[in-house]
Amino acid sequence: MNNLTLNVKILMLVIIGLLSLSTLIFFLIKRNNPSQNFTELWLRIRSWWVMIAILFLAISSSVKIAIIFFAFISFLALKEYLSLIPTRRSDRRVLFWAYLAIPIQYYLVSIHWYIMFLVFIPVYMFLLLPFRMVLIGDTRGFLHSLGTIYWGLMITVFALSHLAYLLVLDPLKNPHGGGAGLVLYLIFLTQFNDIAQYISGKLLGKHKIIPLVSPNKTVEGFIGGMIATVTLTILVSPYLTPLNFGQSILVGFIIAGFGFVGDVTISAIKRDFGVKDTSNFIPGHGGILDRLDSLTYTAPIFFHVLSYFYY
Amino acid sequence: MNDSVKANYSYKINKVLRYTFFALIVKPLMYIIIGLNIRNSHLRLNSGPAIIVANHNSHLDTLALMSIFPLTVIKNIHPVAASDYFLSNKPLAWFSQSIIGIIPLNRNLTTFNDPFADIVEALRQNKIIILFPEGSRGIPEKLDKFKTGIAHLAKRCPEVPVLPVFLHGFGKALPKGEALLVPFFCDIFLGEKFFWTGNKNSFMDKLEDSMLNLARAGNFTAWE
Repeated sequence: MNNLTLNVKILMLVIIGLLSLSTLIFFLIKRNNPSQNFTELWLRIRSWWVMIAILFLAISSSVKIAIIFFAFISFLALKEYLSLIPTRRSDRRVLFWAYLAIPIQYYLVSIHWYIMFLVFIPVYMFLLLPFRMVLIGDTRGFLHSLGTIYWGLMITVFALSHLAYLLVLDPLKNPHGGGAGLVLYLIFLTQFNDIAQYISGKLLGKHKIIPLVSPNKTVEGFIGGMIATVTLTILVSPYLTPLNFGQSILVGFIIAGFGFVGDVTISAIKRDFGVKDTSNFIPGHGGILDRLDSLTYTAPIFFHVLSYFYY
Repeated sequence: MNDSVKANYSYKINKVLRYTFFALIVKPLMYIIIGLNIRNSHLRLNSGPAIIVANHNSHLDTLALMSIFPLTVIKNIHPVAASDYFLSNKPLAWFSQSIIGIIPLNRNLTTFNDPFADIVEALRQNKIIILFPEGSRGIPEKLDKFKTGIAHLAKRCPEVPVLPVFLHGFGKALPKGEALLVPFFCDIFLGEKFFWTGNKNSFMDKLEDSMLNLARAGNFTAWE
């Protein structure tokens, strides 16, 4: 707990408070509607408690443990992705190399080797994977296979590892929040945006925004979520980040906008394979990628905006 | 059950090692490295006698089936395994018998001995047995024709429930002939238990039907 600043601890308490409030409201609604079935909603809330408990435990223990935790999340996400997409029998050994990229990428995070962290997957894994496939020699569906494996590695390992790199950024440049503050800030705002878009869509939604991919998403939901997220970003940024007022507005728009893009990108993949959820790993939520979809976009983009201004 | 059984197999289980192996290696391997999606877990039978019947693609199948049970139940589970393969050399025989707790089955039916005697005796002692009626692992992730030995066994033990289980993904993670394990989420579909139907053909039809239904429920694409 000693590596966390006071502001981070306060945000943790706020999150626990919000979740307690939702749990309380859930029980009140359930008591007033005894005939309705609330199993799914209850599983959803219970899983939120579990996920938040694990996340808080990981970031409050030590930077090293938090990095291992994010590496494990990448492992679960990559495994889920590779279990979802069709892979060829001959790709088994290529997939093994893809998995090996996880410990290497997160090791690069832990030793703060910034340039290598940025190029290891986009350059070296990019060149290595097709080479390994050539050695196996199955050319039928070669490019298709290579493309799907590589894309999965980028989304589940490269993109998500930016969360871990936030932890090792120079804490002196962010005395109020530190690395853990940046991580919690980004995850909190990204998840808040998901929920805000969902709620404003339910309340005001009329015009479908991207009906071919995600028929439940509306323009009103997107804009409502964006207004709420930008407002919250402006309020929270001074306590957890070095961002000034203008930069906070920009980051708010980025989280809301690219969170949406990440969400619908994973939706498009699910539609491609005709599944509703990427797996049923998290009861009430679906798969790991269902939960992390927005973060796969907001994590790298927030990271680079932040490092452009400050690091 | 038929009383004219001459069971002669004596178990060589090392209880401590077996418990440790499942608690510290198999369960973490299955739930963390591989990841199991257990569908219809409420259909699991926690006490014997019972015959678990599953399709077979990988050496992981037996370990996966056992790991869905609590450790207190695992001690009561015995997979039926071909003696010509699993007892073929000393280290493998030791591992199969002391750690996994197999009941060896002679696949070569030219002998006059009763091939099911040991299994029937195990069921009489309220044990849960695991049987792979495809006979061998075969081509990974492809369902082969079931051999009818299971029908003969069910006929001799008509009061013992048969639990069909469909496994998916283990053949991708560790197919026959490969030593390198590649993690994939794997699925275990539990079916409704049923009993000996009164004749061999209807029993085999029922078993194959329930397997195909479980396989279809996953809506998996073929692994090419």
